Amino acid sequence: MMNKPVLNQDFGSPSRRAFLKVSAAAGGGLMIGFGLPISAEAAAAGEVVTLNAYLRIASDGIVTIAAKNPEIGQGIKTMLPMVIAEELDVDWTSVRIEQAPVDSKAYGAQFAGGSTATPMNYDPMRRVGAAGRALMVSAAAKSWGVPEGECDTASGVVRHKASGKSLSYGALAGAAAGLPAPDLSKVTLKDPKDFKIIGHSKHGVDSPLVITGKPLFGIDVVRPGMLYAIYEKCPVFGGKVVSANLDEVRAIKGVKQAFIVKGGEDLSGLLDGVAILADSWWRANKARGSLKVVWNEGPTAGQSSAGFAARALELSKQPGTKSLRKDGDADTALAGAAKTVEAAYAYPFLAHATLEPQNCTADVRGGKAEIWAPSQTPQFGKGMVARVLGLAEADVTVHMTRCGGGFGRRLNNDYMVEAAKIAQVAGVPVKLLWNRSDDLRHDFYRPAGWHFLKGGLDSSGKLVAWRDHFVSLGDGDKFAPSAGMSGTEFPARLVDNCLIEASLMPSGVPTGALRAPGSNALSFVFQSFVDELAHAAGKDPVAFRLELLGAPRLVGQAVDGVFDTGRARGVIELAAEMSGWGKTALAKGEGLGVGFYYSHRGYFAEVVKATVAPDGGVTVNKVWVAGDIGSQIINPTGAENQAQGAVLDGLAEALGQEITIEAGRTVQANFDEFLLLRMPQACPVEVQFIKSNNPPTGMGEPALPPVAPALCNAIFAATGVRVRRLPIDTAALKRS
Amino acid sequence: MVYRVKVNGRVREADVEGDTPLLWVLRDTLDLKGAKFGCGAGLCGACTVHLDGAPVRACQTPVDSVGRRAVTTIEAIGDTAVGRATQAAWLEHDVVQCGYCQAGQIMSATALLKTTPHPTDEDIDGAMAGNICRCATYLRIRAAIKGAAESLAKAG
Repeated sequence: MMNKPVLNQDFGSPSRRAFLKVSAAAGGGLMIGFGLPISAEAAAAGEVVTLNAYLRIASDGIVTIAAKNPEIGQGIKTMLPMVIAEELDVDWTSVRIEQAPVDSKAYGAQFAGGSTATPMNYDPMRRVGAAGRALMVSAAAKSWGVPEGECDTASGVVRHKASGKSLSYGALAGAAAGLPAPDLSKVTLKDPKDFKIIGHSKHGVDSPLVITGKPLFGIDVVRPGMLYAIYEKCPVFGGKVVSANLDEVRAIKGVKQAFIVKGGEDLSGLLDGVAILADSWWRANKARGSLKVVWNEGPTAGQSSAGFAARALELSKQPGTKSLRKDGDADTALAGAAKTVEAAYAYPFLAHATLEPQNCTADVRGGKAEIWAPSQTPQFGKGMVARVLGLAEADVTVHMTRCGGGFGRRLNNDYMVEAAKIAQVAGVPVKLLWNRSDDLRHDFYRPAGWHFLKGGLDSSGKLVAWRDHFVSLGDGDKFAPSAGMSGTEFPARLVDNCLIEASLMPSGVPTGALRAPGSNALSFVFQSFVDELAHAAGKDPVAFRLELLGAPRLVGQAVDGVFDTGRARGVIELAAEMSGWGKTALAKGEGLGVGFYYSHRGYFAEVVKATVAPDGGVTVNKVWVAGDIGSQIINPTGAENQAQGAVLDGLAEALGQEITIEAGRTVQANFDEFLLLRMPQACPVEVQFIKSNNPPTGMGEPALPPVAPALCNAIFAATGVRVRRLPIDTAALKRS
Repeated sequence: MVYRVKVNGRVREADVEGDTPLLWVLRDTLDLKGAKFGCGAGLCGACTVHLDGAPVRACQTPVDSVGRRAVTTIEAIGDTAVGRATQAAWLEHDVVQCGYCQAGQIMSATALLKTTPHPTDEDIDGAMAGNICRCATYLRIRAAIKGAAESLAKAG
């Protein structure tokens, strides 16, 4: 299906601020430095920020492209260079990729988050590649004395058809280095039907190193003379050190230093703790067994998951204090509805549980700091290190390592500032490594949330009223990090009478973004409740959603994101078709469920087939995924891998994940209590994409949100039991 | 005391306490960074290595329990036909996302393929259930194990 092009966010026209700089590369060849606009946010703020990534063509024809963003497993280090290489018109085998250092002046925004890299970089990177190709054509035409229009390119060679002459890019690179830079807004882009790299699967560029065990990750960094550190923080969030038995700890074999670090109040910054430094990590971690710290636990010690839930129920009985949306008159419409449905939904805190625990290596001596860190936001970390250590930002160097998972955890740099501070005090290089319990107990959790919903149907079964009282975490009028919600979440904007309000309760639990932030929980609530309404209306859940979407059109304003009902219909219809929706005979205990969500500019619908055993045990048999992320799937193997991983990740969250807060601290300490998906639970996930006429957007997140409600809706279809709280309680699904 | 451990065909020395897990001897004493730390409790499999060909969790294997058994790590698994085929299949199926668990996955997979050249889905579930992949690349891991089995069968 084809739609009008829509960009949900304007990432800036490359013609306005972009520039190229052409020069000779060291050792011969061509160097193209490029400055590109970065985020719309920066542009809106009037910041003139550019990124000077580069590509280099050596005299042997090898093309080197800088990868500027952190690699957290999303495949960006492979994907962005593919876009440049395509328009440059070289073979992928002649491309080498270098990890660029962290330098905001040179590279602009360097981060991994929000599935933003594709929409921000797709068009600019194409133009950079095309400019490189134009330089090659220009240099060849000059040397042959023929018009540029008579030359074409293929596989890193410029050809002149009439004379049969050809020259390789490597041979032309030196001459091209003396030419003026092409105007990026005027370069000729390829017709996508001629693409040889974009849309063709390329394997991860670092995979050969990964599968042979080469040191790539933060945890693998070694510096001469370094000590290994652990950092014991108060189990209650934000608690302070009163005293510790440091002398006893210092006497333990292998322990070189032990000291108290005083931190601040910001939960995402440096917090109080005790550092133990030893000549091996094992010795440092073992010495913890002898460490006795007297803590001042502070006010958060009185908080708990059960307490938040009880307070949420109280608040639900009062009017909301914060209005998120008001269309029509929901209360009057509910009063006049032929049928109403009311339900309360809840979801827990979740940890990120990156498999590589948080870690950082730091060397802070002579007024300078050098940092090696797996971070999704290395530039923010650099700024925080400078502030906390009292250094100029120019004196802080951050090296990006590969990240053993991100999922939003490494948007925070708490471990970076801890390592830096410890190294500053110690006066020697230090590798700080958290153990698994540190990692699960000092996370920035996906916030728990509570929704009290009412829906009204008219006599024809049409949804005419929608009301949500969202009880969340926050202070006064301000949501805690990642605990907020916009007023545009589906099905808002599609129901005439819609009231969405929120009440906040204070919390001392650190919260933050988890893969598909907001959507990962909201999708469960809204897509489950829509399913309840479909059943109440006596309608098929797919048909009910299509009715709700109505005719293909754009709804909403650019400012808060335009929603394309046609793209939504497209993926729902495709997922239904792929799964044999309405045409498949199901045995007792089996069910199909559908979920749809729009997040991070991507439209995804998923159908789950699940079987519920008499004892309540849930088996997910298969998931069908239909996605629309625009006109190009840049790296199909990577996109499929992301979609399958996100779906299985979402299933794990629904099936068994929960972080419980008791007495102001996290209960779960390891993977026997916080359950990640394992091989036997990994069901087949079939993925198809609709290539709609829209700019390509990111894949890290949007496939995750629909799967939890699709599973819960399948469980309802199989058992008649509605799951309104995650994780799924299988005891409630037992059949007598 | 000094422990002499045969790692990847060479006898190496480590002056550590006997309760030091093999994982930390490999990573911090012998500078072999392929085996990874994930949980420290034998729950995630990121540290999987072979002892005389059998998969063990190095974080739960005190160095004084290793004795004369031969330790093989991801760094040397490519020296065996099964290891080579498995690594090639991992690339062929483009398994890797973040990659942190994959050394452990490959060590478990090669141990399976050595004893079970034609693994069924149930065999794979059984052998791989102890290895967590946080990115959930399980479908490709399963496909790669089957692919490696096929290529080994063809090579005879």
